[in-house]
Amino acid sequence: MDLRLHDTEPTSVERAAVDGVLGPPATAWEGAERSPLDGRVASTGHAARAQRHLLLPTLHAVQDRVGWISPAALDYVCKRLLIPPAEAYGVASFYSLFALEPRPATVAHVCTDIACMTRGATDFCKRLQDAGVDWLESPCLGMCERAPAALVIEAGEEPREAVLAPASVDSVVAAMDGDAPEPEAPEIRQATGLRLLRRVGLADPTSLDSYRAHGGYSALRAAFELGPAGVIREVTDSKLLGRGGAAFPTGRKWDAVARHPVRPHYLVCNADESEPGTFKDRIVIESDPFALVEAMTIAGYATGCEHGYVYLRGEYPLAWKRLQQAVTQARARGLLGDDILGQGVRFDIELRKGAGAYICGEETALFNSIEGFRGEPRNKPPFPVDEGLHGKPTVVNNVESLLNVLDIVLEGGAAFAQIGTEESTGTRLFCLCGCVQRPGLYEAPFGITLGELLDLAGGVLQGRELRSILLGGAAGVFVGPDKLDLELSFEATRAAGATLGSGVVMVFDDTVELAPILLRIAAFFRDESCGQCVPCRVGTVRQQEALLRLANGKPRGGVKTELALLGEITTAMRDASICGLGQTAANAIDSALHGLNAFPTEEAM
Amino acid sequence: MSAVPVTLRRVVELEIDGQTVRAMEGQTILQAVRALDVEIPTLCWGETLTPVNACRVCMVEVEGSRVLVPSCARKVEPGMVVRTNGDRVRHSRKMVLEFLASSVDLSTTPNAARWIEEYGAEPDRYGPAAPPAAAGERDRAHAGHHHPGDGQTAATVAQPVKIDNESYVRDYSKCILCYKCVEGCGEDWQNTFAIAVAGRGFDARIATEFDAPLPDSACVYCGNCIAVCPTGALMFKSEYDLRHAGQWDEERQTQTDTICPYCGVGCELTLHVQDNEIVKVTSPLDHSVTHGNLCVKGRFGFQFVQNREKR
Repeated sequence: MDLRLHDTEPTSVERAAVDGVLGPPATAWEGAERSPLDGRVASTGHAARAQRHLLLPTLHAVQDRVGWISPAALDYVCKRLLIPPAEAYGVASFYSLFALEPRPATVAHVCTDIACMTRGATDFCKRLQDAGVDWLESPCLGMCERAPAALVIEAGEEPREAVLAPASVDSVVAAMDGDAPEPEAPEIRQATGLRLLRRVGLADPTSLDSYRAHGGYSALRAAFELGPAGVIREVTDSKLLGRGGAAFPTGRKWDAVARHPVRPHYLVCNADESEPGTFKDRIVIESDPFALVEAMTIAGYATGCEHGYVYLRGEYPLAWKRLQQAVTQARARGLLGDDILGQGVRFDIELRKGAGAYICGEETALFNSIEGFRGEPRNKPPFPVDEGLHGKPTVVNNVESLLNVLDIVLEGGAAFAQIGTEESTGTRLFCLCGCVQRPGLYEAPFGITLGELLDLAGGVLQGRELRSILLGGAAGVFVGPDKLDLELSFEATRAAGATLGSGVVMVFDDTVELAPILLRIAAFFRDESCGQCVPCRVGTVRQQEALLRLANGKPRGGVKTELALLGEITTAMRDASICGLGQTAANAIDSALHGLNAFPTEEAM
Repeated sequence: MSAVPVTLRRVVELEIDGQTVRAMEGQTILQAVRALDVEIPTLCWGETLTPVNACRVCMVEVEGSRVLVPSCARKVEPGMVVRTNGDRVRHSRKMVLEFLASSVDLSTTPNAARWIEEYGAEPDRYGPAAPPAAAGERDRAHAGHHHPGDGQTAATVAQPVKIDNESYVRDYSKCILCYKCVEGCGEDWQNTFAIAVAGRGFDARIATEFDAPLPDSACVYCGNCIAVCPTGALMFKSEYDLRHAGQWDEERQTQTDTICPYCGVGCELTLHVQDNEIVKVTSPLDHSVTHGNLCVKGRFGFQFVQNREKR
């Protein structure tokens, strides 16, 4: 492949940003000053092309430093990484946090998603507008327990990111002027029954010693005693099901990779939590990052992976910082590296930051994103356990799934399986948000009923009436107040036609209008569809258009016709989309139309 | 890709529409179905390209699968039970055709009109088309942001034709985003990578970097993208001009196979001639040298033939 570049000169600042990630260029071929030696070197070949996975980190560096990615900067990135400019542009334009046109160095991304809508985001945005603040609409920022939320990003030599939650016009203006509050420590309002969250708020998230003093790294020692096969046996016996949304048996996944003859094996922790209403992984990483590092080390040891990745969503600056600190400390203390605890075990973790794309939470899209391609899902089969990251056998687990492994190793799989229900073992993290007294992260054994869970959070606000609950996020299902007896387990929710998804329990009371919520969900999926397959790319648009007509009271051919049309769109998206995003993009809306009678038909009126 | 590795392949027995069928291991469901002379519509599939299964018009039902599967990409497995024309399949094909026909100009897509009729697709039920985008507007769309409108008109990809060189035009109002041109330009054949998919969702589009005009891009004018385009979005300038003037008439055209005179590779050319003028050049997909691909000389270097008498 011959690269055709535009040979436009990047500014010295752009060049420095790129070189900061990749190091200075070695020859004129990669952009250094010309020297007589250049005629005697070749800088192509597999090794040079194998740098493509550095594309996303390099684009981040330019965006962080300059505030946008200019044609000249992109050209230089391409020269350094031997990537055709059209391909690099295709990648850069895929992510919403990258700007490809000049814009101010400081930008406020304001969450307009459903959890924030229940807490006045729509009004808040109007007030920002009136105050003349330059702001951008953002999908869920994962700060739902402290809604409404905003994320201020300032590009520069020392780029700054400030999360404001709850945000006010004053705090956004102040943050844009450089006066941001210290990030707040996450708060757990539940006092008893904590297992996964037991260290939150007690152990110092910046200190490995504190983590150890709270029982940290005893699970890794236990794992070394069990041996890799022993760990997998315990995980299988625990009947742990994946917590990312698909509920696949973790033990089976690990076993498949451990036995796979192709090497190397990769471990990927999916921390691209972007499902509207979900904030559990953020809180875990912000307040107990070493637990994730330890759990990943155990997973890598058991499945024969020497290289682990954490793919964290780009909107979580504090979690990113905490995780970086944790990995660095663990490495310095011999808990990551070539010879962990003197056991001859080799394992290390690399951190990757997303750049604003919900679809990258789909496991194969996540692989493409890490590899430096557009975050488009791959066709399955082949499944990740056979051909995952870089085409190799890959274990990919959600943060919460991995966290469970610590207790499984310590207590034994059989003991773990005693908690929860027959098919859903252990505890579950629930993200309670919306119109509840005490929104936040709660942990409960599977089998707790929806009503009991709401009671933990104090129920709906005083004097309000519960109208509906969204289970599982935007890709989930609305249920009515008649479902408070619903047992929260994988099997019971499945039987009821609902889902636990990512653990979202979003509550709506009588002050919240349903139609705008549904429109926001439709807009979300239109924005977040990768565009690869027709049913999702066009279906999400047609779904939004039909909902707009209904919400505006101008249905084409009557409400009944529109509902039938939406039903047809839903079926096609569910049946024919490539990945879970398209397949579930109509779920919540469909459940509201039929279960909650969101738009009554003429006959019913 | 059409190249088949030389390994011993087993015969796989499966059931298609109630009929027991034997296929070779490694074949796709589509190949097995087509061997039965059953039609499955395809748009993004190309016999010389790696399947990307993006258009989803070839979906079939496979017993045990929660969702429909793309027949163009899924390999046959022993004992598979496939249904190619059940209600679920017909519904999803109808909807995909509606989605495409209501958002893209399919007027030069072979078979589109016939399929729309066959599957009972009604693209008009999404309302009148929204006004077309201004030049460059879709190319500047920012991922994750859109104007929702009021739903009374159907969003489309309509936009002005891109004419920035003498060889071919890009009419992205006709683009169904099948990825074939990207594959032909990139990894599957040409390894030029002048174009890629950019943007996201409904705003995803085929683009050069920053929408640079083709002469400023890496394009080498091999025209292999035109050869694989299933909708006529990519078209010889000569064909485009004739169509524009209302003079394009395939009935009046002859096709003549010949060997490219420029070099010693021996590429086979098919010259499409109308009124004694070469209007288009293709190469047979099954030709062992070209697999349908040419270079700029074979594809566009025919002008000297028709200039001879004017000299």
